[in-house]
Amino acid sequence: MPEHALVWQQLRRLLVIALKDIRIYYSKGPVVVFGVLFPVFLFLAFSIGRELTIDFMMPGLIGMVLFFTATSISPVVVPWESQARTLERLMSCPLRLETIIAGDIFASFLFGTAISLVPIIAALALGVTVSSPVLFGLAVLLASLCFAALGNIFSVPPSNVPATVNMIAAAVRFPVIFISGIFIPLQQLPTWGQWIAYISPLTYFTDIARGCIQGEAHLPLVVDFALLLAFTIVFLVLAMRLHHRTMPRRL
Amino acid sequence: MVSSPAPDRKAAIEVCHLTKRYNGVVAVDDISFEVRAGEFFGFLGPNGAGKTTTVRMLTGIIRADGGSALVMGFPAGSLKAKQMASVVPEMANAYTDLSAWDNLMLMADLYSIPARTAKERARELLHTIGLLERKDSQVRAYSRGMRQRLILAMALISDPEVLFLDEPTSGLDVQSSRLIKELLLKLNRAGKTIFLTTHDMDEANQLCHRVAIINKGKLIAINAPEQLKLTASRRHSVEVSFANSIHPSTLATLPGVSDVQRLGDKYRLFTSAPGEVAAAVVSLAHAHGFKIISLNTLTPSLEDAFLALTEEAKHA
Repeated sequence: MPEHALVWQQLRRLLVIALKDIRIYYSKGPVVVFGVLFPVFLFLAFSIGRELTIDFMMPGLIGMVLFFTATSISPVVVPWESQARTLERLMSCPLRLETIIAGDIFASFLFGTAISLVPIIAALALGVTVSSPVLFGLAVLLASLCFAALGNIFSVPPSNVPATVNMIAAAVRFPVIFISGIFIPLQQLPTWGQWIAYISPLTYFTDIARGCIQGEAHLPLVVDFALLLAFTIVFLVLAMRLHHRTMPRRL
Repeated sequence: MVSSPAPDRKAAIEVCHLTKRYNGVVAVDDISFEVRAGEFFGFLGPNGAGKTTTVRMLTGIIRADGGSALVMGFPAGSLKAKQMASVVPEMANAYTDLSAWDNLMLMADLYSIPARTAKERARELLHTIGLLERKDSQVRAYSRGMRQRLILAMALISDPEVLFLDEPTSGLDVQSSRLIKELLLKLNRAGKTIFLTTHDMDEANQLCHRVAIINKGKLIAINAPEQLKLTASRRHSVEVSFANSIHPSTLATLPGVSDVQRLGDKYRLFTSAPGEVAAAVVSLAHAHGFKIISLNTLTPSLEDAFLALTEEAKHA
């Protein structure tokens, strides 16, 4: 089979994996409701009582919803499948490991993107205007892919206990929202705070969202996009390589 | 009765010096063998002998540490080899949140089977395994036997040339077990190569053209079941049941008897001359006024051969 035909074949099977994930793991009422409510309540817990404008709040809220939903289920899909021994079934099918992992990431990307529409539509309904809808849309898609890949990396340790993986994920996810300019804009952070913020990919999405909604990005948008893209590539490559390394210990 | 595959057909599976270690312990130790296309091949061994590890290497689930294997001429674990083979693992692993129908369609999509063909095959397979009426029920509601039948159907939806089965009937009810065996024989008659791991000697004896015996990771024998039984020729026996109570030591003194075992209400006398021992038992009964209820001469079973070979390997 020519190389391009093989690539198309694996891409089609990637889509099959993603649709299977959505059907089994994502399209459940509690998952969807929790995906929206949890970041909203968390955001409200830290913003109520502060005099914040809707234009300031919405980029942070959208960023949080996107980050939490895109990283919510992807860390536990591989441990679940390993525990249920369906991963073994997939590994015996004509699929590359990369196809399985990319399918899991793609499902998470679709879920994150779809759920983030809820706060975006709410923001538009509340009168928030987006100056560059195309750039904002691109940022949502890129950030969703980036966070989905990050979520998948949490499932790399060869533990088949979802609670263990969730603990690892929580240890990263919660600190990230406090260092990414969601509650305090980057320009108001001290220099050392800004340097810490730069290690979080969520910082760059929040900055793009503030640029598109408030018209006040701290960094040039091209820098934000370049760094978000770089994080995405690094996370995707890491997810593939690390799973290759740990998969034999999982099966 | 199983039919033999044509001897001139090419190899479906070629294994050459295959080795696997786990944390320094050798699980599969430099094994080599060949399975002909269309052959029903049994892979026997006690628990922990390396059967499942071998199947997992041949189906690409895990990688070998040494040696090589080809499936239908392609490296084991490659996409082409996987496309031409399917596996029925020991533990049922269908998606329990999906129905039987959806599990079959998922497998068909992963093998790029056209939708129309997939639906026709799925309907036919579900009918064959007796699950057509329950095709829309979630698999979580299925019994162990139903799940195992579904797993077999999932493996067959791609119409594979080679089918690997790892203890497919272990712990199943008689009905499911018989249905699976009949289906396997039918598939083999249709030309499919079957690689069956089992520790059920009767199953291997009934189904397989040839069997390989693996013990502690090493291949210790490979031959037709009847040929293997010859290796246990010393295990011929005479089985006798008396109406009266009799002490086993009385039977042990008969000429030619090497060992006596009591099995329920019967005695099994091991010998290399079963005819003479049977005659001696009859003479003994006449002399002492014992009443014989049943008397049979038994040839060694595959289980006897298996025990003899694994014992030999233990003392080697």
